[in-house]
Amino acid sequence: MTVITIEDLKKIAKEQSGVKSAYQKIVLVCGGTGCESSKSDLIYQNLRAAVRDSGLDKSVQVIKTGCFGFCEKGPIVKVQPDESFYVEVKPEDAAEIVAEHLVKGQEVARLLYDKNKKSGATADDIGFYKKQMRVVLRNCGLIDPENINEYIARDGYRALAKVLFELTPEQVIEELKKSGLRGRGGAGFPTWRKWDFSRAVPSEQKYIVCNADEGDPGAYMDRSTLEGDPHSVLEALTIAGRVIGANRGFIYIRAEYPLAIHRLEVALRQARELGLLGKNILDSKFDFDIELRLGAGAFVCGEETALLASIEGARGMPKPRPPFPAVKGLWGKPTIINNVETYANIAAIILKGGDWFAGMGTATSKGTKVFALTGKVKNSGLIEVPMGTTLREIIFDIGGGISSGKKFKAAQSGGPSGGVISEEFLDTPIDYENLAKIGSIMGSGGLIVMDEDDCMVDVAKFYLEFTVDESCGKCSPCRIGGKQILGLLEKITKGQGALEDIEKIKKVGKAMQKASLCMLGGTAANPALSTLKYFEQEYLEHINAKKCRAGKCKNLLAFYIVAEKCKGCGLCLRKCPANAITGEKLKPHVIDEKKCIKCGACLTGCKFGAIVKQ
Amino acid sequence: MAQVSSELQLSQELRDFIKTWKDKPGNLIMILHRVQQEFKYIPREAALYLAKELNVPLAKIYGVITFYHFFKLKKPGRHNIQVCIGTACYLKSGSDLLLELENLLGVGVGGVTADGLFSIEGVRCVGCCGLAPVAVIDGEVFGKLKKDKLPEIIAQFKTK
Repeated sequence: MTVITIEDLKKIAKEQSGVKSAYQKIVLVCGGTGCESSKSDLIYQNLRAAVRDSGLDKSVQVIKTGCFGFCEKGPIVKVQPDESFYVEVKPEDAAEIVAEHLVKGQEVARLLYDKNKKSGATADDIGFYKKQMRVVLRNCGLIDPENINEYIARDGYRALAKVLFELTPEQVIEELKKSGLRGRGGAGFPTWRKWDFSRAVPSEQKYIVCNADEGDPGAYMDRSTLEGDPHSVLEALTIAGRVIGANRGFIYIRAEYPLAIHRLEVALRQARELGLLGKNILDSKFDFDIELRLGAGAFVCGEETALLASIEGARGMPKPRPPFPAVKGLWGKPTIINNVETYANIAAIILKGGDWFAGMGTATSKGTKVFALTGKVKNSGLIEVPMGTTLREIIFDIGGGISSGKKFKAAQSGGPSGGVISEEFLDTPIDYENLAKIGSIMGSGGLIVMDEDDCMVDVAKFYLEFTVDESCGKCSPCRIGGKQILGLLEKITKGQGALEDIEKIKKVGKAMQKASLCMLGGTAANPALSTLKYFEQEYLEHINAKKCRAGKCKNLLAFYIVAEKCKGCGLCLRKCPANAITGEKLKPHVIDEKKCIKCGACLTGCKFGAIVKQ
Repeated sequence: MAQVSSELQLSQELRDFIKTWKDKPGNLIMILHRVQQEFKYIPREAALYLAKELNVPLAKIYGVITFYHFFKLKKPGRHNIQVCIGTACYLKSGSDLLLELENLLGVGVGGVTADGLFSIEGVRCVGCCGLAPVAVIDGEVFGKLKKDKLPEIIAQFKTK
């Protein structure tokens, strides 16, 4: 444990830049969770071994980075400065990459994303990246997140130095105000205002909390930021501590994110060793340290008062507000809570200025937004776009359109708290107000694309199952209302729905929105209300015609045998687990619809194409 | 006075961890994580031990354990199979994987096979949506999974 000064920081940056420029080539291996799961660590090990065996240790550096974002094509290996973008790499490809590319200087064409790549083309020419802008993800995919020197070499901790020695806390808040940064966790509250509230409260003890709970299914933006650039968050928490007068920070992170936890633990240790956390940071007399706390799988703990209860070691029950956590939060003290992505913007705003940040985005929503683009899209992955980018650009330009050539039906934003966005709104510029206008929310950034094979009633039911399960049970509108809506959706998907069920869903949904204590209950009905608004025809079809066009609701499926095609071979009769098929040898068979459990075994087994599903 | 059952052996590392965290505010959940890391679930004897060591009512400990999905009261199989049923995995038929596993192993979600080898769990989003549908077994992620791959994967883990 030592105390370094600004001059030492600059020296480290210079030395690290020297280290990097001494290498002729740098091989970047994606070390995000998705790629790690596809053996990227083994690829990394194999590359290092092959480089060593080829005697290239001094001229080639191999590092593991954070997420490149292009998860559909993972594992990814990039070679700089050649801008070679290798995709779907296997551990056994490592030797070839070293032998052909690094030894002979010949790219391995079969692994390139762009197999006809012209020399001089960069990764930014790839369609997936062309319309993106990386501010939050500026270091992901570029630095080794487990080497603090690499962060420092890219101006890391310079914003903190500026805050400690050049700017007053009031000036920092003013810069944030100019930037227009709004919270990236969902509701979009102005960040400067929250900090200003907390700064104004006199208290000997204050806390800074980072919400890394990220409970939305289908969202992994925060995980990727923490895995790929943990120091950007640590630096921002420290800046926040300085500004509001806090000396302790907590990062509350999902226990289901072991790699992100590990990366944070490494980063915390390294920052403490350099004196960038702890006592007398950068010889400024300012003390600040950060601890990790693990969440334990309760979605409601994404809500800030529930999260604080969990850090305190209790059940994560939300509390009524006011008083807001900025005034009375963790252990009753003023507490600032922001989302990972909110914090990841802070250092860049301090260094480049609020005006720079405000130059991106729309009139009311500034900067960029990170999305996890998943579902029925060709290029699933992590993307960052300026606020105001349209859904069409995200799904069709960046995402490459719908996989398997089906027709786009809807996109869900905001997870279980959000809503569906139908085709007519594809050209809506995405920002907080526009999404709210069409019945959805920004949320933390999960964006799930659906096609004609997805049933909107079934999707609403899926989300209600989630929020019913995750309700903390504290207040009646959420505990009971969610259950009622789920029951109605189940009726409809089973072909037992009635017309009045639609009105009931709307009434209960409105009541939940008005009367729930926290936003879990306040938004739980959104998926049902928004699917009803834009896809009421599907609901009516389920109710009146007992038909699910997407083929998703099993009770509404029917299998039948085309008598003319059936040879009476008896295969389906033998395969059927429910004994629903009867018929004599060599004569057309029949399916008893009442007994049929719609498992589809007969359909897949039939050699004569005599069985039809509709 | 509650005594730790002679059948339950807390490792020295766990005892040290509890000692380190004993007086920290907000310690309960972090300690429960550490207990579960050791035993794969929270044995009642361990809860009793914590109640004594931390001077916290047992009811409060169980109140916290039962609130959070992550904490388990039943011992899982030696290999816990977690199938992701987050939205992206759900849309890509993650639920079908669960049904198939139930058929193959002969137990339902949350159940443990008679030989104690496997248990099945549905989880909400492990953050590998680009690989949907996904299952995690003993920390190893299997992505872009298909039903017909499951017997082979199960066979792999039978011998581990």
